[in-house]
Parts: sequence; structure tokens; C-alpha cells
Amino acid sequence: MPPTESVADDTKALTAARSSAAWQGTIRKVYRYLSERIIVGLIHLAGVSAIIFVFCIFYFVFREGWPFLRDSFDVKGFFLSEEWYPTSEVNRRYGILALLAGTGTVTLVAMLVAVPFSLGTAVFISQFCGKKAREVMKILIELLAAIPSVVWGFIGLMVMNPVIVKLTGAPIGLNVLNAGIIVGLMSVPIIVTIAEDAIRAVPDGFIEAAEALGATRWQTVYKVILPAAKSGLLAAVLLGVGRAVGETMAVLMCTGHSINIPFDGHPPYFHVLESVRTLTATIAAEMGEAPRLGANADGTYPVEAFHYQALFVVGIVLFAVTFIINVTEDLIVKGIRKEK
Amino acid sequence: MSTYCRKVLLGLAVMVLALGLAGCGKKDNGGSDSGKAVISTSGSDTMVNLAQMWAEEYQKVRPDVSVEVGGGGSGVGIRDLMQGIVDIANASREMKDSERQQTEKNTGKAPVEWVVGYDALAVYVHKNNPIEELTLDQLAQIFAEGGTITKWSQLGVKVGGSDEIVRVSRQNSSGTYFFFREHVLGNKDFKLGSKDMSGSKDVVELVSRTIGAIGYSGMGYKTDEVKFVKIKKAEGDTTYLPTLENVVAGHYSLARPLYMFTLGEPSGDVKEYLDWVLSDQGQKIVKDSGYVPVGK
Repeated sequence: MPPTESVADDTKALTAARSSAAWQGTIRKVYRYLSERIIVGLIHLAGVSAIIFVFCIFYFVFREGWPFLRDSFDVKGFFLSEEWYPTSEVNRRYGILALLAGTGTVTLVAMLVAVPFSLGTAVFISQFCGKKAREVMKILIELLAAIPSVVWGFIGLMVMNPVIVKLTGAPIGLNVLNAGIIVGLMSVPIIVTIAEDAIRAVPDGFIEAAEALGATRWQTVYKVILPAAKSGLLAAVLLGVGRAVGETMAVLMCTGHSINIPFDGHPPYFHVLESVRTLTATIAAEMGEAPRLGANADGTYPVEAFHYQALFVVGIVLFAVTFIINVTEDLIVKGIRKEK
Repeated sequence: MSTYCRKVLLGLAVMVLALGLAGCGKKDNGGSDSGKAVISTSGSDTMVNLAQMWAEEYQKVRPDVSVEVGGGGSGVGIRDLMQGIVDIANASREMKDSERQQTEKNTGKAPVEWVVGYDALAVYVHKNNPIEELTLDQLAQIFAEGGTITKWSQLGVKVGGSDEIVRVSRQNSSGTYFFFREHVLGNKDFKLGSKDMSGSKDVVELVSRTIGAIGYSGMGYKTDEVKFVKIKKAEGDTTYLPTLENVVAGHYSLARPLYMFTLGEPSGDVKEYLDWVLSDQGQKIVKDSGYVPVGK
């Protein structure tokens, strides 16, 4: 009879509709759950990837340099000898003291140039500038950061070179002073940006209190703001140091690329007008020539393979230097915070 | 350890393992096919201008073949040949036995040497430097480790500015560096503290701007701001300038062949290119570039 049929039909249709709706609902739930998990997973991956990349790079550099460390590494000779003769016919020596001295002196002069400039600029931008001028200054500083390092090297080679010769009478204008000035100018934008943030993070209450006590603007900066922003300023300077240590192209062109320790027995003891060579420039200049050779049948490496591997060990040393700088900075900043 | 930490470490371990396995399986085997119409070359900075002029001229002779020229120094060219990356290595020095053995071990073919020109290694000083001539031994004393000559006054010459001899040299990937070390220093090492430039032109440039500088480079790189130092084998010998005639006649002591190295006997496009380089057309370009052609 029609009613029963229609009811039966209806029930069937209803169950069918309900089941398809339920099915769709389930699909939607599963989809939402999965997409959430996938996206969260990807975000976690992106966050962890930084750690993964650093480990991978470290693993790669270590793997390439490992045979040298295992077979031919003489710690005292490596770190304390200035004789770097990796391609010698008669007496191969791998001493990086002169290279360490080169990197160290260039970084030192760079920081002597950069720190006063950048701290002064940061203080000027945040305290003594009008609003319009501040915007313009920030754009100009960022422009300084956008100059490629090879262009800086060119400026050092073509412009600073004759200037230094004329001003100081040095026999050659490619020296520690030249590279130090250029690398210092390159580090200025980084230090300014972070120092300026650190200065602006000082609570307004401090500044207002100082003004209420009758301090002049310079007194406020010198006695209140700079001590309060100490840890941020230190972080900025150490970041600049890291930049200076890792700079390759500009120092390759401006240091004169000479294996030489610029310290001497006679005054002025620290000869800024002598040419040096840095760790980074050595790797850049010599990596193209050093062949990557496989091991012999008995697992040892032919002597010519050590040049390539030694350059990777120099890379490990650079890694270690930057790592030590970062750890020191971390400890000092923590120490300062504890004082507060 | 929390679950999150464990997951992170697991992910790290998987990544490291994967990369390690990938690294193990790779082999250095990039051989370029000389049957195709591209001939890749790299190497000597002394020869780089010459090689580029050859490549450009050859493009007119055989438009279907293109010759790529790279630089980097003889050491880089030889290393590229050793790893099978290039067809021809330009070099201003010979290959060492150890390099030949490594090439054969890596690529299965022994390198074959072709002399494509001659160059004179010139010693340059600033044009206002009064020094005129030096013996090979004096050069060795100036440049070698343990050498005793460090000031211009020791050579009896007064140079404006500081008395110190500023030594301008090349980086150790350079064939010029290698040749100088072998033939002037007797394979002793260079004194530390020389300014190590990356190219032949850079050496001359630095010498032209530094009154107390002395440097060595190919004879084709002379400019008006520098002058040649006449070289004699020993005290009392005749001195010679690095000119075409002196090299051809065998008088100039620091003449050196310019080489091209191939993997095994060349065939096809590479052989035709080498034949053209050694022909009158190719050798005329050698002469126009300031070097000495072969076979005179």
C-alpha cells in the first residue's frame, strides 16, 4: 500500500541522507584535523630547521677536514706557527698563527672604527633627532648595509689605498688600517640597528625621572640610558664583531694578502700599516686550487690531499671563533641581567 | 625527556643519517663530453687573455663549436682536469708527477702535454726605481725563505720613500708562482710577508703604485708605469731584457713554455681546436698578445 511504501521509502531516503551527511561530516572532521596537524608540523619543522642546518653544515665541514685532523695534525705547530706553506715542494707546513693575527687585528681596528661611530649614530637617531630626520637616517643606514662587500673591497683598493699612502707615507696602502676601516664601515649598519633598538627599549620612566632631577640631555644619555641599555649595546657590538670576523671579499682585496704578523719589538709595536692575511681570505684564495683527493687503498691520504682538508680545518677554527664570541656574549648578558 | 624533545631529536637524527648516506654514495665523476660542440677550458691567469682571444677567433672559424674559458690559475686548471671537469687545462707550468698520477687514478686517462707558446717571466719595478739589473742569485736572496736581501740599500740603490723592499708575489694557485719558485728559488719556499696577488695584472698594478716594490709577472703585462729589470745568470754575464728576440734565441733565463693539457690523446672537436691553436692563425694571435709563438 502506498503509505507504507512511502514511509519505507522515506525511512530509506532519510537513513541514506543521514548516513551521507554523517559521512561528509566525518570527512570534514578528518580533513580539518589532518590539515591542522600538517600545518603545525610544518611550522615546527621550519623552527627546528635552523638547528638542523647548523648541524648539517658543521657535519659537512668536519667530515671534509677530518682526515687532516686524524693524520697530520700537530696542535702546537698549527696554532703557534706562522709558516703557512701548504703547497711546498720540500717542506709542507700548516701554521695559522699569522692568519689568526690577521683576522684578529683587522677585527680590532674595525671595532675601534665602528663602535664609536655606530653608538654615536644610535644615540643621535634615538635621542637627538627630529622625527623626519630619523626616518631619513634610518633609510641611509640601511643603504650602507645594502652595499655589496666586493664594492667595499673595490673602494678600499682604489680609493683608500692612495689616501693612506699620502697621509701616512706607508710603502703600500693595502694594510690592516685599510681593511679595518672598510670592515668597520661595513659593520656600522648592524650595530646601529640593534643598538638603536636597545636604546629605545629603555623605559620612558627612567628618562623622565632624569629630566625631573634636572639632568641635561647629554647627562641623561651618558648616566641613565647607556648603562640601562648595556646588555643590548654589548649584543650589538658582538654581532658586529661576528660580521667582521666572517668578512671575506673586502679583506681579500684590502689587506694586501700577505702572511705577516704585524707586531714587532720596536715601536709603535702594533704596525697597522703592514699587510696581513685573514683566515677567510686564505680559504677563498686557495680553495680553488686544492684538489679533493680520495684515500689510498690503505686508508691514508696522499700528501697533496692535506691542503684541501687543512682549509676545512681553518673553516672549523672560524666556526669555533664565532661560537666562542656568541657564548661569551650570552654569558656577559646573563651576568649583567643578574646584577639588575 | 619530553615527547617534543624526543621528536625533535628523532627528526635531527633522520636528517643527519639521510645526508650522510647521500654523501657517501656520491662520486666525483663530472667528465665533459668532447663530442658535443662545447670545449671547456680553465686555468692559467697568464694565458687567460690569450685563451679568450683564441676562443673568440675560433668562433669565427667554427661557429658550431664554442670554447669556454675559465681562469683561476694553473693550479685550478690542473685540478679541474684532474677531476675531469674540463677538456683542456691551460697552464704556465708543467704538471707534477703526483698530479699526473692522480689524474690517471681519477679519470682513467693520462694527461697529454701540448706546448702552445712561450712566455718570458719578467721582473718588474717602479719606473722611478734606479735599479737596472739583477742576477738570479740576487733575486733568490730577495724572495726566498732565509734570503738575506731585505733592503734596497743592500743592492746599492736609493729608492724614494722607505728603504724596505716590498715583494709582490702571486698566490699559490698560480703557475707563475710555481715557475718562479722552481727556477729562481730552486724549489725553496718564498719568504713570508710578500703581498700575494691573485692575477698577473694585479702584480704589475701594485708595482706601478708602490715605489719600493719588486714583482714578477708575464712579459705581456707591462705598462708604462713599470720597467723591466734586466736579468743575468751570474755576476759578469750579459744581461737580457725579456723580449721576443731574447726568448727565441734562448738568451733570457726565465723563458717558460705555455702548456695546454688534455685527458689522453684528444679527438674530434678538441683535436681540431688544438691543431688550429698550433697553426699559423693561432700562433699569430700568440704574437699579437705579446707572447712568443712556437716553432720558430
